[in-house]
This record gives sequence, structure tokens and C-alpha cells, in this order.
Amino acid sequence: MRKSDGTYQYDWITITVYYALVFIGWISIYAATYTEGESYSIFSLDINSGRQLLWIITSIFIVLAVLLIDFRFYETISYILYIAVIVALLLVLIFAREVDGAKSWLEIGPAKIQPSEFAKFAAGLALARYMSTAGSKDLSKTKNQLINIAIIGLPALLILLQGDAGSALVFVALIIVLYREGLSPIPLYIGLYLAVLFITSLLVKNIILVIVLSTIALVLIGLSIRKVRQLLLVIVVFVMSLGFIFSVDFIMKDVLKPHQRQRVLALVDPSVDPSGKGVSYQTTNSKITIGSGGLAGKGFLQGSLTQGDFVPAQSTDFIFSTIGEEYGWIGSLILVGLFITLFFRLIQLAERQKSTFARVYGYVVFTVLFFHFTLNIAMTIGLFPVIGIPLPFLSYGGSSLWSFTILLFIFLKLDAHRMQILQR
Amino acid sequence: MFKQRVIVIYSFTAIVGITFLIRLFIIQVVDDKYKTEADTRSIASIVEYPYRGLIYDRNDQILVYNEPAYDLMVIKSQAKGIDTTAFCDILSITREEYMQKISKAHQVKPSLFFEMLSNEEFANIQDQLINYPGYFVAPRTVRKYPFQSMANVLGYLAEISKRQLQNDTTDYYSQGDYVGINGVESEYEKALRGKRGVRHKKVNNRGLITGAFGEGLLDTLSVPGDNIKLTIDIELQQYAEKLFEGKVGSLVAIEPATGEILAMVSSPSYDPNLFSGRNFSDNFSMINGDSLKPLFNRPLRAGYPPGSMFKTIQSLIALQEGVVTPEERIYSDKSLIGDLAPIGYYDMELAIQKSSNNYFYKVFRRVIDNRATNNSFVDSRVGLKKWTESVKKFGLGVKLDIDISGASPGIVPDVARYDRLYGKSRWKYSNIASVSIGQGEVTVTPLQMANLGALLANRGYFFSPHIIKSIGEKNEIPEKYLIKNDVGIDLVHYEPVIEGMSRVIKLGSGRRANIADIDICGKTSTVQNGTGQDHSGFMGFGPRESPKIAIAAYVENAGQGGRAAASISSLVMEKYIRGSITRPWLEEYVYKNDFN
Repeated sequence: MRKSDGTYQYDWITITVYYALVFIGWISIYAATYTEGESYSIFSLDINSGRQLLWIITSIFIVLAVLLIDFRFYETISYILYIAVIVALLLVLIFAREVDGAKSWLEIGPAKIQPSEFAKFAAGLALARYMSTAGSKDLSKTKNQLINIAIIGLPALLILLQGDAGSALVFVALIIVLYREGLSPIPLYIGLYLAVLFITSLLVKNIILVIVLSTIALVLIGLSIRKVRQLLLVIVVFVMSLGFIFSVDFIMKDVLKPHQRQRVLALVDPSVDPSGKGVSYQTTNSKITIGSGGLAGKGFLQGSLTQGDFVPAQSTDFIFSTIGEEYGWIGSLILVGLFITLFFRLIQLAERQKSTFARVYGYVVFTVLFFHFTLNIAMTIGLFPVIGIPLPFLSYGGSSLWSFTILLFIFLKLDAHRMQILQR
Repeated sequence: MFKQRVIVIYSFTAIVGITFLIRLFIIQVVDDKYKTEADTRSIASIVEYPYRGLIYDRNDQILVYNEPAYDLMVIKSQAKGIDTTAFCDILSITREEYMQKISKAHQVKPSLFFEMLSNEEFANIQDQLINYPGYFVAPRTVRKYPFQSMANVLGYLAEISKRQLQNDTTDYYSQGDYVGINGVESEYEKALRGKRGVRHKKVNNRGLITGAFGEGLLDTLSVPGDNIKLTIDIELQQYAEKLFEGKVGSLVAIEPATGEILAMVSSPSYDPNLFSGRNFSDNFSMINGDSLKPLFNRPLRAGYPPGSMFKTIQSLIALQEGVVTPEERIYSDKSLIGDLAPIGYYDMELAIQKSSNNYFYKVFRRVIDNRATNNSFVDSRVGLKKWTESVKKFGLGVKLDIDISGASPGIVPDVARYDRLYGKSRWKYSNIASVSIGQGEVTVTPLQMANLGALLANRGYFFSPHIIKSIGEKNEIPEKYLIKNDVGIDLVHYEPVIEGMSRVIKLGSGRRANIADIDICGKTSTVQNGTGQDHSGFMGFGPRESPKIAIAAYVENAGQGGRAAASISSLVMEKYIRGSITRPWLEEYVYKNDFN
């Protein structure tokens, strides 16, 4: 909105929360790298916190750039950007070296970028653009559904092929955006049902599960004996469920990589790794580190497990364990509170958009951040298998900070100009 | 459009947030498991071993002290690219030993590579150690025994065994700790060991120390162990040990007025230094395998028949029972039992002096079989029961409460024993008569006989023999060593027995033990046993009035009591009473003669 002095009104709540998170991330990265006796300053470029500061400063310029560019530019460029990212993802698949079982870095001279990070907002823009095009809004049409799923699915597939299951999962979460825009909730229900079935089949023996499902099916059949459609539905669901249960083994053995399979198993069955030194080492130590923080935490730079390097990847994916240890439950409460505030505000902002493009994009931003947050925290407290996805704005890393920043500020730019857009 | 779905999205977001906060509340605030786990992972407790207490003799001569030694430690990951051949050379180990030791070492934690280098060995390798990264020395101490003496009294230190660890109800020890085994080191372990200190250190995920934990507020300082003083007179001890060189046997000398053990010899013995240091296990198996059993603590554990020294007890019991008077002359025609004393009439003093077996055969018969009924089977039961109780008051057949573990009670035969041997009520005096002269079923330890010397010297009581003089700063010993044990014999009965013992030295079989100006009382034993030549035994005290020392000695298979045992005992008594020896010829006699 243009104010009387000619500037635009950006949403300061979001910006404040953003910088609070970035700041918490920065000092936590310092705490995670800090070792007693080594007198590195938080600004030292020899350690992660100093480098993160560099990323933060550069991201300020990026923010300025994003805000200076005409808001219509993003809609215009969306498809081009999308194609560029797809190309980059393909290049990664062809050229990138494998690091930790995943190919995700593209090296151009000294610079290293991770195209999958940028794919998130590129796909988001493309999705928003497509859904705001006349004739594509009705999501009950199969054609529209398929195209939307293709827009999401293509980068997701390419990222999955890189071996980065975590990032790919975030794309799947974009279904929430489609749900908001009117997609039938049935796919969501089916997804939820299959997830529950998957976990249950890992926890209990198949034969027991079959008996339970058969009993439920028989009861339902008994109830719907007169209604043919309902009867058919029950039978179809039952048969497909059985098929799914017996394909869990196949998924575990042939679809998941061995380390992924182990991580999933370790979560439901601690006896897979009783000593906590194998696959569940990271989760176990992360849980212990967070749990040892108590109510008020041990204090800044006082985290004994953090300093003892007990949690691998602590300044990146497991940055939350530092916060949990040094600031305790109160610190966790503040952090979770900040994120939930951000998410509520994003939904609110999305809902107040006049254009479908801006609203859809707003939901993309919400979904991407929300899923990163959810999976990341769930992973650090042992509710989800270890998959390498960062905590937005906090985890160490330039690509991740930049891409989340761009993702967010494009939306803030759109939001600031929402009054200039004619409803389409 | 689809506005109601916004509510679903809001709710879903809120549910995720609340779920996380609940879960976090459980692991951070409710469940203590994670804190405990965190502490065990991130805090290392480093034990500071206290200085073990020193051991002194009664005259403040140091018997046991701690000598610095050096454990050569290695951090394997840092010990790379060294010249192993040269390294093995300076440590005088083979390449195989090197490989074996290094393979046991931990990658990044300091591990023990070579145990207990002495000061000299350390000095030799110290300069060269700089060429071997990853190796360093950690100081510790080992026990040293400047007198190379009294191994059986002192005991030794060794790594705690699995069994001891399991039995450690106080939870003080942990694996790898050293603990006193046998003797004083074991008995006074608690006083000597002091109190361990613990320092808490932060460690990282590889176990490396990264700094202090909790600003040292949780740390405890180690408290050095108490020094203890023994009742032993090391000069006397060493003299006695020297007299026993080349002989098998034992000697115990006690201060009668207190029960303090002045010397306690077990021969053969070994240099206690052999059990201290890194060759412990080799030396232990060598000494343990010795056919003369140097590890067998003879003064406390060896059971011998008392032989003629038992006649003192028999006299006292008979007098107390009133079955004989000192003046009664009893005729001995050598018909009842083998005897070296000539045929004739014996009063008690003469019987002791000449060690008349037949006299004591008759006297003991009166004690056992009082002919109250016409059935000597019945009478003997009654008599023996009473007699056994009397003898036990002399500290025989019961464990003396000495502060060194393993003392044997010996055997005083009782009714039950003879019932087992002969059948219930199928024995009478004639079956047990050899006990009258200290042979047969009765066995005693040298300690018990020295205690007999002490109670005779005291005319009727003894303090339990003990080795502790004082613990730490306090001049206190356990209460039990201050209790007077009454033997239950009236004072008047001692004089004739002591007179007899005095005459043994002046006129009888113990003449070699006579010291010109010191009135010694004693009784020799020539102990028949199943192992060949008789054991030579002696029990006595001196001087006769205000006795300073009571003594008992056994020299195995050395023949008559009047020779080896009496000579050694006499020399030890003179050494203690006078402080010097006036009879070099007797010393020569003992040194040169192996009495076999």
C-alpha cells in the first residue's frame, strides 16, 4: 500500500519475526561451533557463525533487491524461472559430485549453490501463476489437477533422484495449497490413511493388522449391505489396504535406501539400534541434548553436549538441539511461538490478497516454511526419521538462508502492493 | 471460496505447534532420563588417588613407603610414524610385545602402554620420549619395603579381583583399583587407603576432556591415607629372620603386658618388593610354586602338636582341679609311656624340669577320669568336657583375635571328636593319653604358643596378640586389644610351673637358652610328627620377674627342642631385653647348623 509519503507498507510483524529468527539462528550457530578454550569471536570468518553473518548481510541486499524490483516482475518471470531451475536440477543430476549419498550441489567456479533450495520458490511462483490463469482455477477438473501436480511433481522427482528425500517431501506438502484452492480433500485423507497404515504395519505384525482390518471391513459391510456403492467402496478400500500392507516390505527394501530404511525402523523400534550408537546416534544424542536443557536451559555457551560435539550437523539441520539445551523449554516455547506467529501471520496475509497469484504464492510460502519447520523439529526430537532438511532462517548455510529469504520477501513485496492489483 | 478450509489450516498449524511443545515439555522438564544420560555422556569423573598411608614399626622406623613410578601412556591416534624398532629397544621389549600392547590401546583416549616404570627406567627413556609423539608418562606410586622383611605380616597390594568387587558392599572400588591383600595392607585397608577425590571434567563425543565441569564445585579432594604404626620391632624382627635363614619354621614374640607382637617370623619368606611393581604376576607364580610354601603364613596357620610345652597347661589345670599338689611326688617307672626322664619320684617342678612323660600321664588321668563312677567310659566323658573348656581359655582350639587374617584355631580335642574317632562312649583315658604330653590329637599354632608364654609371664591373663600400635594421628587401637582375657587359673598355681620352667633353662633341656644374668623361663618341645624328623619347639618368657618378652618358636624337622628352637628363642629374647648379644658362639651355632 502506498503511504502518504510515497513508500509502500511492508508487513512489519513478519519482518520482525524473520529477523528475530535469523538472530537466534546466528547466536545458536556460534554456540554450536564454540569450544571452550578456543577464543574465536562470533564474527570470526574461520567459524560458521562469522560466515553466517556474511550470509545474513548479503541477504539484506537480496531483500532490498527483491523489494525494489517491480512486483509484477515475479509473476512475469515465474515460468522462466521455473524452467531455469528445472534445467539446473538436471545439470546437478548430470554433473554434481556425490556428498553424503546425495548429489545436490552445483559448483560454478568457487561458488557452490544448491538448486533444490531455489526450486521451492520457483515451483511456488509457477504454481501461483498457473492457478491464477483464467480457466485453470477450477481444481475439480482433472486437467487442472494434473498440470498442478506436474508443476509440483517434476522438481520433486528430480530432487528425489538427487537423493534428497527430505526436500522432495516438502514439494508433496504443496498439496495443502491445492487443498486451500479447492482440491478435493480426498487425496489428503488417502495420504493420511496410508501414512497411518504404513507406520502401523511397521509396528505390528502384518497378520494382526490383516485380522483387524478384516474385522472392521466385515462390520462396515454388514452396515452397508443394502447400499451397493458404499459396499463397493468398503471392499475396494479393504483390498487396496491389504495390497498396501504387503507392499510396505517392498517399499522398505526396494524403494528406500538402506540408511533410510534403518532410520525409519529405528524410530518405531528402538531395538534396531539398542546402544544408540548406530543409525539412531544422531536422534538419540539430539534428544538427550535437548532433554538435558530442562525448563530454563543451561545458558548461552553453557551447553555441555553442544560443546562436546555430541550432535552431528548441529549448526545446520540440528540447530534446534542447541536452542533446546542452552535455553531449555522456555527457549523452545519462544522459538516455536515465533514460528507459529509467523505461520498464522502468513495465512492471514495470504487470505487478504486480492489476486489469486498472490494468495496462492502466499500459501506456497506458508507451506514450504511450515513443512520445513515441522519435519525439522520432529526429526530433532525423535518424532520423524532423520532427513536432511534445514530449519528455516536458523540453520547455517547461505543457500538455505537466501532461498527462504527470497521466498518470503517476494510475498511481502506482493502483499505491499496488494491494493494495486485488480482482482482477477 | 473454501474459506472454511482456512480454519482447518490454522488448526493444523496450531496442533503441530502444541504437539511439539508438549513433547518438548516431556523430554525437557518431566523426564529426567535425558539429563542423566547427558551427564553420563558429557561428564567424566576423574578419580584422584590418595597417597596410601605409610607403615612404621614401634620405634618409628619406616617399613613401607610409596615410591614414585611412572606408567607409560599412549594415545594411539597420535602415535603414528614412530621408529618402533628403536622404541622397543629403549623399553627392552620385543616387537611382538609392542604390537600386542599397542593393539589394546584406545584410539583417542590415553591408554596404559607400559606399567610402572621405575625412577631409573624413567630417567633412561625420558629424553628420548620426545621422539615418540603420542607417548607420555603418568605418575603413580608403588609400595616399597626398605627392610625386605616381614612379607607375611605386611601383605601386598594388587589389582582388585572380580570377586572382591562383587563383595564390595560400600561401592568404593572400581575395576583396576589396587587393594591390600593379606596382612596389614588388607586388615587396615580402610585406614591406609584414605579417601579418593573426584574431579568432574567436560568431555566431548570422542571422550576427550574439553574443560572443567561446574567450576569444580562438585569436585572432592582426595584425603591421604592414615599412617599406621605396628607393634613390630624391626631390628628384632630382622635379627630373628636372620637366625631362621635356611630353616623352615616360625617364631612369634609378644610383649606380655600388652599383647603387642614384637616379631613374627615365617620362614622361608620372600622379599615383599617382589610383589610390588610390574613383575607382580611372574614373581607371584614363582613364589607360589615354591615347594617350601613361602606364602604360607606359618606362625598363624601352621598346626603343630605342642609337645612338652603343653605340660605347663596340664600342670595348671591339674592344680586348679585340685587333683595334684605341687609337692606330691609321683613315681615314674617309665612303664606307661615312652620317656626320656629317668625312673624315680617327681614333684611338679622336677617333672617340668625333666619333662617326665609318665608324671603327666598320671596327672592327666586324674583330670580326665576322676573315678566318680565305676565306668571309666562315663567318667572320661565328663572329665574331658571340663578339661576342653579349661584349655580353650588358654586361647587354644579357638581363633585368637589377631589383626592379620587367616589365623588357624588349631585343635583341642573334645568329646565329639573322640566320639567320631572311636564311636560314642567307646573311648576312655587310655585312648587319649598322648594328649597329656601335647601329642596326639591336639594341635596348636606358634602364635598360640607365644600367647601361652605371655599368659604364663602374666600369671593368668593375656591380651589378644595384635600388630597394630596406632592408626593415624590418634593414639588409639581397637577396643578389643585392651581387654584382659582371664585364663581361669588361680595365681598361686603359677609359681611351681614357672619355677619348673626356670629350671628347664638352668638345669634341664633348655640349657642352651640360659642367659647368664637374665632369668629366663621356658619349656622345650621335641615334637613327634608324621613328616620325618621331630620338630624343634620352644616356648618361654623372660625375665622371670616383670617379663618383657614372651616367645614361641618352631623349627621344622630340626630335632630336639633344646637345640634349634631354644637357641633361637634365647638369642631373640636377649636381643630384645639387653639390646645386644653376649653369646656369639650361640649365634654361630644357629647360623652354621641346619639342624637336619
